[in-house]
Amino acid sequence: MTYNCIVPIKQVPDTKRITGEAMNDDGTVNRGALPAIFNPEDLNALELAMQIKDKFGGKVTAITMGLPAASAILRESLYRGADEAILITDKRCAASDTLATSYILSCAVKKLDYDIVLCGRQAIDGDTAQVGPQLAEKLSIPQITYVEELISLEDRTIVAKRNIGNGWQEVKCRLPVLLTVIGEANEPRVSVAKKLMKYKKARTPIEIEMQVKQDNAGANDNEVKQLAKRKMDDLQEKGLLIKQWDLDYLKADLQWCGRDGSPTKVHRIQSVVLTARESKMVEPTDQGVADMIHELIKDKTIS
Amino acid sequence: MISVNRKGEVWVFAEQHDGKLEDIGLELLGRARMLADNLGVKAAAVLIGDEIKALAEKICHYGADKVYVLENPLLEHYQANSYARVIYDLVHKYEPQIMIYGASPCGRDLAPRVASAARAGLTADCTDLQIGDHQNKDEVHKNLLLQIRPAFGGNIIATIINYDRWPQMATVREGVMPMLEPVASRRGQIIVEKVHVTHDDLPLEIISEQNRKKKVDLKASRIVVSGGAGVGSKENFRLIWDLANALGAAPGATRAAVDLGFIDHDHQVGQTGTTVRPSLYIAVGISGAIQHQAGMNSSQKIVAINNDPQAPIFDIAHYKIVGDLNEIVPKMIKAIKARV
Repeated sequence: MTYNCIVPIKQVPDTKRITGEAMNDDGTVNRGALPAIFNPEDLNALELAMQIKDKFGGKVTAITMGLPAASAILRESLYRGADEAILITDKRCAASDTLATSYILSCAVKKLDYDIVLCGRQAIDGDTAQVGPQLAEKLSIPQITYVEELISLEDRTIVAKRNIGNGWQEVKCRLPVLLTVIGEANEPRVSVAKKLMKYKKARTPIEIEMQVKQDNAGANDNEVKQLAKRKMDDLQEKGLLIKQWDLDYLKADLQWCGRDGSPTKVHRIQSVVLTARESKMVEPTDQGVADMIHELIKDKTIS
Repeated sequence: MISVNRKGEVWVFAEQHDGKLEDIGLELLGRARMLADNLGVKAAAVLIGDEIKALAEKICHYGADKVYVLENPLLEHYQANSYARVIYDLVHKYEPQIMIYGASPCGRDLAPRVASAARAGLTADCTDLQIGDHQNKDEVHKNLLLQIRPAFGGNIIATIINYDRWPQMATVREGVMPMLEPVASRRGQIIVEKVHVTHDDLPLEIISEQNRKKKVDLKASRIVVSGGAGVGSKENFRLIWDLANALGAAPGATRAAVDLGFIDHDHQVGQTGTTVRPSLYIAVGISGAIQHQAGMNSSQKIVAINNDPQAPIFDIAHYKIVGDLNEIVPKMIKAIKARV
C-alpha cells in the first residue's frame, strides 16, 4: 500500500535575526530586510513525508501560498526529494489571516489525491499553530497535532505519538488525516546533490515572467508574454516548470479569501518599548555584591 | 459565525483532565470576570467531560456567574473533533460575544478547530486582553476585545480585533493572568446541557498515555536563577545550578542556552518556554532578547549580570551588575552563605 502525502509549507522571515533595521517607521516589519527561510518545522513535516514515501512508496507534494519569492522553498523541497511542488500566488490572497489561509489551502488540497497532510506545528513568524487544525477542519478530516513519532502505518490506519507537553499520547486514526509535526520528530535530510543539480533551474511561471521582463527592458507586454511562454514550454518539457495556481483556478469563494475572508484585523502594532524602572548599578566587587544581597534579604525578597 | 451580539456573555473554556481542573481555566476566569464587568454581561465557563458536574461549583468560586456543563461518557477524554463540535453547537445556541481558551497544548489543538467551523476569528497566545474601541475610517466599533500578543518572535506587540464575525476568540498563555482568590461563598448558575455525541465524533482512539513530570517547576518558584548563552558551556552552567542551590531557587535558561545544550528545555523561560513571575529573577549572561523578556519581565525584582553594559536586559533590571559572571556569581554565593 502506498500513501500520497501533501506538505503545506511556508516561507518565513528569519525572526531570530531580526534587528532594528528590519522595522519600518510605522512599527510594521520590513520583511525584505530579513533573510527568508523555509519554516523550520515544515522541514520536519517534509522529512516525515519523505520517510513515509521511502518506506511505503507514494507521492510527496509540497504546496505553499505566498509571494513569487516563495518559489525558493518549493525548489528546496524538490532538492530534498519531493515529487511535485505547487505555488499558490494571487494578489487577492494578501492580508489573509489563519482562517482565510486555511480556506485557500483547503481549496488546493481538495484538488489533489491525498492520504496524509503533514504540516509543521507552527511557523516562526506568527507562532500561532492554527493553520494545521483549521485546514483539517476545512477538509473535514481528523487532526493529530504535535506528532513526535510515526509508530505505524498499516492499510488505512495510522498510529502516532503526540507530545502533549506534560507527557505523550499514542493515538490511532483512520486515513485520511492531517498531522502537525514538531521539531523533535526528526532531523530533516539535506538536499540531494543530484536533485539539486536537476532542480536548481526549476521555475514557477511568475518567476519566468519577472525574469523575462527584467532581461528585455524595452519589450512590450505581448513580446514579454511570448518570450515567457517559450521559456515555460521549454522548462515544461524538461520537467522543470513548477505548478502555479491562482484563486480562479482554485474556484475559491473570494468572500473567504484575503482581507475580506479574515475576521481578525490589526488594531495596533507597537515596537516593543522597554519600560524603564528604578534601578541601581551594583559594583562588581565583594562589597557591592554583599550589599545587594543584604538589601534583598532585608526586604524579604530572599528569605 | 454569529453576528455581533452586544448582550452576549464572556466565556472561558474550563480545561479539565481526569476530573481535575487545570489552572489555566481558572486564571482565565479572573480576566473574564473583569471583561464581563466592563461590558455589563455575565462571565461563564464551559466545562466538558463525563461526570464532572462537581467541578462546576469550584469554578464559580473563581469568578464565574454561570457554568455550562456538557456531560457524556463519550466526552470523558478530550479529542479535538468531539469537543470542537459540542462547543460549536453551544456557541450557536447562546451566542457569546467572547470566548477564551488557554494556549495549552489542548487549547491550541481545540480552539482553531472551533474557529474554523464557526468561521470566526481567533488570536493565538495572547498575553493581555482588554476592552476598547476601534476606529476604522469613519466607523467606530465600540467595546471590542483587544487581543494583545507578541508577534514576529516577540519583536512587536500586536493588538488584534475582530469587529464583525463573532464570537471574538483568543487563546491566552499560561501563567500570564493571575488567578482570583477563590471565594467559597460565591455561587453561580449551573446549566446542564443535553449533548448528543456519537462514535463518529471520535476519530481518534487513544491507545496509551504517558505522563512526564517536568524536571523543574519554574512557575512555583519564588526565585529563579537563569543562565544565557553568555555562560559559555554546559560545564560552566554549574555556576547557575550552584547559585540556584544556594538560594533554594529553580534554575532557568534562555532559548539560546537550551539550544546550545547547556540545560534541558524544561528550564526554558520565555516566549516559547515558561512564563514566570517570581519575587526574584536573576539573569546571568543573558542579553535579554524580547522573546526572553516576554517570559520574565513581570518578576518583582530583577538582577542582571552581564559583561556588556549595553545588553537590553539592563533596561528592565532593578539591580545591574556589569562584569564577568565567572567572578560575580561566586561572590554572590559567598555573600548568601555568609548571611543565611
